Amino acid sequence: MRSIFWRLVLLAAFTVLAIVLFLPSTPLSKRLPSFWVESIPKINLGLDLQGGMHLVLSVDRDKAIESHTQRLAGSVEDTLKRKGIPFYNVTRQGVDSVAVAFPDEKSRGEIEKTVKDEFGVFGAPSAQNGSVLFALDEQETKRIRDWAISQALETIRNRIDKFGVAEPIIQKQGENELVIQLPGLKDPERAIELIGKTAVLEFRLVDESVSPFTAEAQGPPPGSEVIYQQSVDKETGAMSKTPFLVKKEAILTGDSLADARVAFDSQYNEPYVSLTFDSAGSRVFERVTTQSVGKRLAIVLDGNLHSAPAIREPISGGRASITGGFTYEEATDLAIVLRAGALPAPVNIIQNVTVGPSLGQDSIEAGINAGILGASLVLIFMIFYYRASGLVADFAVFLNIIMLLGAMAWLNATLTLPGIAGIVLTIGMGVDSNVLIFERIKEELHAGRTPRSAINAGYDRAWWTIVDAHVTTLITAAVLFQFGSGPIKGFAVSLSLGILINLFTALVGTKVAFDIQSEKLRLKKISI
Amino acid sequence: MDFVRNTKIDFLGKRKITFVISILLIILGFVAAAAIPLGRANLSTDFEGGIAIQFRFQKPFEIDKTRTLLAERGFKDASLQQFADPAKLLVKLKRSDGDLRALSQTIGGVFTTGMPDNSFVIDSTTEIGPTVGKRLQKDALWAVIVSMIGILVYVAWRFEFRFGVAAVVATFHDVLAVLGVFYLLDKEVSLLIVTALLTVAGYSLTDTVVVFDRIRENMRKKTKEDFVALINRSVNEVLSRTIVTSSTTLLASLALVILGGEVIHDFALALSLGVIVGTYSSIFIASPLLLYWNNKKKPVFAKA
Repeated sequence: MRSIFWRLVLLAAFTVLAIVLFLPSTPLSKRLPSFWVESIPKINLGLDLQGGMHLVLSVDRDKAIESHTQRLAGSVEDTLKRKGIPFYNVTRQGVDSVAVAFPDEKSRGEIEKTVKDEFGVFGAPSAQNGSVLFALDEQETKRIRDWAISQALETIRNRIDKFGVAEPIIQKQGENELVIQLPGLKDPERAIELIGKTAVLEFRLVDESVSPFTAEAQGPPPGSEVIYQQSVDKETGAMSKTPFLVKKEAILTGDSLADARVAFDSQYNEPYVSLTFDSAGSRVFERVTTQSVGKRLAIVLDGNLHSAPAIREPISGGRASITGGFTYEEATDLAIVLRAGALPAPVNIIQNVTVGPSLGQDSIEAGINAGILGASLVLIFMIFYYRASGLVADFAVFLNIIMLLGAMAWLNATLTLPGIAGIVLTIGMGVDSNVLIFERIKEELHAGRTPRSAINAGYDRAWWTIVDAHVTTLITAAVLFQFGSGPIKGFAVSLSLGILINLFTALVGTKVAFDIQSEKLRLKKISI
Repeated sequence: MDFVRNTKIDFLGKRKITFVISILLIILGFVAAAAIPLGRANLSTDFEGGIAIQFRFQKPFEIDKTRTLLAERGFKDASLQQFADPAKLLVKLKRSDGDLRALSQTIGGVFTTGMPDNSFVIDSTTEIGPTVGKRLQKDALWAVIVSMIGILVYVAWRFEFRFGVAAVVATFHDVLAVLGVFYLLDKEVSLLIVTALLTVAGYSLTDTVVVFDRIRENMRKKTKEDFVALINRSVNEVLSRTIVTSSTTLLASLALVILGGEVIHDFALALSLGVIVGTYSSIFIASPLLLYWNNKKKPVFAKA
């Protein structure tokens, strides 16, 4: 690339390319032809600039193992009953074990053999005064843990898709965390409710053998438990809790749902959630309601009793409804979570960073204003100090910024507020390469060299210094990229891209301007 | 034009004074760093866990009123901060246990009922659980350590080991100095500030490398002067560049301090402080340090 002409062509080509790349990311995009805008990747705005929500959830995987073990205990009991093997009871012990109490050594042997043959998921059994203990083997617990996290991710993705957020990001992070980014969200409270709800729906029969208050005081009868119905008085906001005694065993769960929709009560025009069971669920529902006419059926959501209507007649057709003073939004969201399915385990929000759209807008404006001020100050300073050569350096800074924006669009990078700061800083630090070269040229001129040899010596000698200076900044930028999150990654990206591009614009861009002065115009003196 | 040309300032001659200043700065930095594990540092919500909510009210309010309202509802430990815009309020609560969502909803409710004539929107909410805070602290520490090692290796490879050590000492000095000043000003240390500190490290190193480069170049020429004179001459030769680059970088970062808005104000302030300290340290700390390491042996360089 010795020829001045070809270097100019190269610079012009890169500049045009950069402009083509970044213009669709600016407000000008509305006036550009659509084939242009659509075929070019865009610079994304970070959540701190466009507003939105960044959530980190931890999935309680032990709970997933616990409920899986609970279900296994049920199947073990069924199997033993079916085979006529004598036992006292089957319970879940701790997080991952099923204990079977046995009457004698003979049945103990049969129990161990049956469980080993029918369920391949337990390790070697261990004895514990009168019971035999089966613990899930390591492989199985690992499988459930992995399943819990991927299932939680799928379910949440499903819920968010149904809720309708543009371009959500839902990812696994580390062992048991999910990162969720929802840009441009209008109602963060509602989104959190929707995402965080475990949504385990159960239909259980109400146990009316003793009053719930007796059960509360003296302990519930075996196979039943006390749960509460929470209600909020809409006028005073006061919370009240009513105890109910219900069977532990669920006759149906949310797994049997085919659909859940919002419907309106014809009498009071109140919204409620209408449920449709799948065919197996419908049969179970019909059988149970036939057997239990006159009893009450509790609808339990995440351990809270929602309502407990009385069964007046057998219900066929597999339809049920959840009523109870919903607002339209609450009913919609409940229908969404029921349709998307329950989370395999409860999730905890361990990090929530939400930025409102107006703060984001303020940040963009502040960033741009600061950028314009910073850039003007630097550019004026350079002209003031280096005269015509300062103008050349300014031109290089200008190219630097254009190409940086172009590169960011091309890489589909995310611009954050610290990222804007990184660009502004690139302006200040970016002139350094040229300052190094100019100072060197000045020294060479002072030493009595001709402009042409001073320029060449200046560029040659400053080269390694510039490389060293750039690499050291790149090291810290790389570390920031590795360890940083969202906004800080954005800073690392714009800083490191800015520095790499600077190497090109400062060395190629300004050199060609000097070569024109010394070779084509044959100036005896350069303005520096 | 030139600010400085052909100066012959005896920078190394002032090293006794500047070393004292720098040792004080380093001690201050260590005090600030030690305050972190002792729990006396002003750490941000991202590091400590807790809640930070930024409100934008419809009209200006009395900060004392908001403080009283919060205290009445049991939030005596909330820290309140008003911005240049008198209608904006930042409420921070350093409680990382319990239900953070419920707590932030309660805080919002306090203002809804306590100041019914001044409605608000929530500009931002940050809720960080305790495990996340600890992890972010660890990440930040790792970032600092890894970048210091990276710098040491690169400079040791490009120059020689003692240059690497001097550069890292000077860089560490700058990071500690900025941290110390932030401690004195009772500014909050957040993830963003750590980012600024690492950027300062990168910048300060650039400055140091430029001076070292010249020292190396002059060492290759066979001159009769001793090492002290050589270092002095090298620093003087690049002084003009040092001043110009520091000025332009400072202009850019000061623009961010003035106009960048509340979110990055402290970040930009840390950068500006870092540029100043970084320039000072490359002249007065990094270069003199070369004298104290095996200075009898004339360094041998591989060709760059």
